[in-house]
Amino acid sequence: MDFRDTPEEAEFRAQVRAWLAANGQKRNSADETFGEGLDDAAKLAAAKAWQAKKAKAGYAAITWPKEAGGLGGTPMQHVIYQQEEAAYVVPGMIFEVSIGMGLPTVMMWAAPELKARFLRPGISGQEIWCQLFSEPAAGSDTGGIRTRAEKQGEEWVISGQKVWTSGAHFCDYGILLTRTDWDKPKQEGLTMFIVDMKAPGVEIRPIHQMSGDSEFNEVFFTDVRIADKYRLGEVNGGWKVMLSTLMQERLSVGGNLPTDLHRHLIALARKCQWDGHPALEDARVRDRIADAYLQQQGVGLIISRGLTALSRGKTPGPEMAITKLVAAKAMQDISAFALELAGPEGMVGFEALGNDWRYMQRLWLGSPGARVAGGTDEVLRNVVAERVLGLPGEIRTDRKVPFRELAG
Amino acid sequence: MNFDFSDDQRLLQEAVCKMLAETSTSVEVRHVLEGRKPYSDGVWHNLIGMGAAAAAIPEAYDGAGLGYLELCLVAEEAGRYLAAVPLSSTFYLAAEAILHGGSEAQKQRWLPAIARGELIATAALGSRETYLGQPALVFDGKTLNGTLPVLADGALAGLLVVRVGDDLVVAELKGAGVTCEALPSLDPTRPYARLGLSAVPAEKLAAAPGAVVAQRVLDGAAVLLAFEQVGGAARILDISREYSLERKAFGRQIGSFQALKHKMADIYTRNELARVHAYYGAWALSSDAPELARAAAAARVAATTAFNFAAEEGIEIHGGIGFTWEMDCHLYYRRARHLGQLLGSEHQWRARLAAELIKEAA
Ligand SMILES: Cc1cc2nc3c(=O)[nH]c(=O)nc-3n(C[C@H](O)[C@H](O)[C@H](O)COP(=O)(O)OP(=O)(O)OC[C@H]3O[C@@H](n4cnc5c(N)ncnc54)[C@H](O)[C@@H]3O)c2cc1C
Repeated sequence: MDFRDTPEEAEFRAQVRAWLAANGQKRNSADETFGEGLDDAAKLAAAKAWQAKKAKAGYAAITWPKEAGGLGGTPMQHVIYQQEEAAYVVPGMIFEVSIGMGLPTVMMWAAPELKARFLRPGISGQEIWCQLFSEPAAGSDTGGIRTRAEKQGEEWVISGQKVWTSGAHFCDYGILLTRTDWDKPKQEGLTMFIVDMKAPGVEIRPIHQMSGDSEFNEVFFTDVRIADKYRLGEVNGGWKVMLSTLMQERLSVGGNLPTDLHRHLIALARKCQWDGHPALEDARVRDRIADAYLQQQGVGLIISRGLTALSRGKTPGPEMAITKLVAAKAMQDISAFALELAGPEGMVGFEALGNDWRYMQRLWLGSPGARVAGGTDEVLRNVVAERVLGLPGEIRTDRKVPFRELAG
Repeated sequence: MNFDFSDDQRLLQEAVCKMLAETSTSVEVRHVLEGRKPYSDGVWHNLIGMGAAAAAIPEAYDGAGLGYLELCLVAEEAGRYLAAVPLSSTFYLAAEAILHGGSEAQKQRWLPAIARGELIATAALGSRETYLGQPALVFDGKTLNGTLPVLADGALAGLLVVRVGDDLVVAELKGAGVTCEALPSLDPTRPYARLGLSAVPAEKLAAAPGAVVAQRVLDGAAVLLAFEQVGGAARILDISREYSLERKAFGRQIGSFQALKHKMADIYTRNELARVHAYYGAWALSSDAPELARAAAAARVAATTAFNFAAEEGIEIHGGIGFTWEMDCHLYYRRARHLGQLLGSEHQWRARLAAELIKEAA
């Protein structure tokens, strides 16, 4: 057992550090975000420029094979890069679905000429990908989607609606789950495609989120035509393709809880007064600081253990689901407590209360989404109960029924 | 980075696991629970014989000379099988205090006897929480006088390491001047006693400042106990899970009810958080890292809450039968409390953890 870098890891870290120092912009404060002061278009352009630089150096897809445009590196190297990059102001979520879910699915399922066409522009951020699975009637129950794909000659005609599609408004392509057979049970009649988000008949409407931002969208498809060569996997084999996409999350040894939340709490608690004393002196506050550390450090350590398993040639199993389960709720609890530190003043927006508060206020407004996105807390508990502990599955009434009857 | 135990370490763990599964059975633990013996002597003998209990004592003192990582895995198995033995008093506390605070002569005098199983030892390194009052002890340089109101394994031990002011003092307990009264214990598989000392020959552990040694030993013991807790918590989850697959209600396995599935997923999640904090503590302990204080406190808090939660909910998952003397659920319920309070309650360790974090953030 050893937490220090091996000589090879240390060497890689030194390379990354040197590259970041030469190319990146160091953070001035913990909550400085990328592209502050830029409008959306300028920010996107700046993000793409950064991603292109990163790809050229090989750091955009560290664990990918060289022939696909990656570095052919290890998951540990990926983590080392992330640790070092955390000290720099870089675009956050923009490329996450693209590099983490969309492109790996293309790599696993697309024909060689399509890989040659899509992978490199994707890695370098010149084209961005989204994931079009969820629909108004099907979120946790992804097998219930209704977006229709019908074969006409060598083309498929798509109509229907997706929802909660992160980044659709700035994305170029998407992986799209559709229903191709309504007479089969729900999960057996699905087919996956690559869709051009700029194609005629695709309409994207941003959704106004509770946080005030608009990061996800409704996407409407009206007679959108997709050539058959853009199909991923078999006709009616979409469920398998989708599972392989979701698998990526596990292999990327997920969970992206910030590691310094207890430090933010400490800094705020120093400045707030409780009964005329710094809140930091209060035992209840110190208790919550301890809790914050236990959760986030715990998640970090579970990820370290997953990495160790990977480096020993084992695949971390469904137990990694607990990282997201713990991380998302911890973000909510920690940020909510941060707001409480200032009592009634804690409800005043950071614009007036001060920039010290921006990070925790944003986290508090964003954390409910983190608990839903990528599997709700409840769905993840089901995963742990059934796949880790081997408890019985939910009683289902929809398994063997033709989807047409379910859709009513 | 390498955040797991090695294959050799796992082999030792498996051997200990196998031995305990065969010897530290429910029947055996209940002999101690019901007062038919003071501790599981056979289990103790085996833990000594395998070199497991003395894993972290150097070979120069007749220990196995393996290290703390190995001892952590031994602890996990001892916790899993509710071993009713004075492992923590003797090996996590007293032996460690002598190893870190004793002179060469003191180590030579006591450690081999401990490692060979000839001497059970215990320690009182100072508690911040008390109802009966702090031990009223006087050490005059040669003898120890006074009382220790509550001492774990006090009636079993032949040797005591005790904190008096800023010193650690060691005294043998089998001679004249020692009175010992067994106290009832909420976990009768782990006994407590009141000790009276009158002109008992004693000496100071003089090789290092007592307060520093005491803190270091308490931190190490917190990590080791966290492994016992993790082992116990994993076992009661296993037992509950198996029961939930056997028991039926409303025409279904009770383990198919989502409320119970989610409860068990929550137990599992807390257990895993406790486990990785314990591993991190093991790393800090074995590499003498400056992170030990933080890692030990985190391991202690995470493991204490996890085992208590698993033990409490384990009874709930069993329903009425879980509340019976015959089911083992209450053994875990009792042991979880014992382990969680032995070195000071969770709250003391939370305070210590917070203090460390605030210090680091300054
Ligand atoms: C910020 C954000 C970004 C997202 N980005 C994308 C994206 O890019 N692409 C995409 O395809 N989707 C995306 N989603 C959608 C997301 O995957 C779904 O919202 C999520 O899976 C839940 O589905 P739902 O919204 O339909 O809720 P529902 O499935 O209707 O759930 C409602 C409630 O029912 C509970 N529930 C459902 N099933 C069960 C069950 N079996 N047992 C117990 N409780 C259950 C849920 O836990 C929840 O509490 C995003 C969501 C968010 C919030």
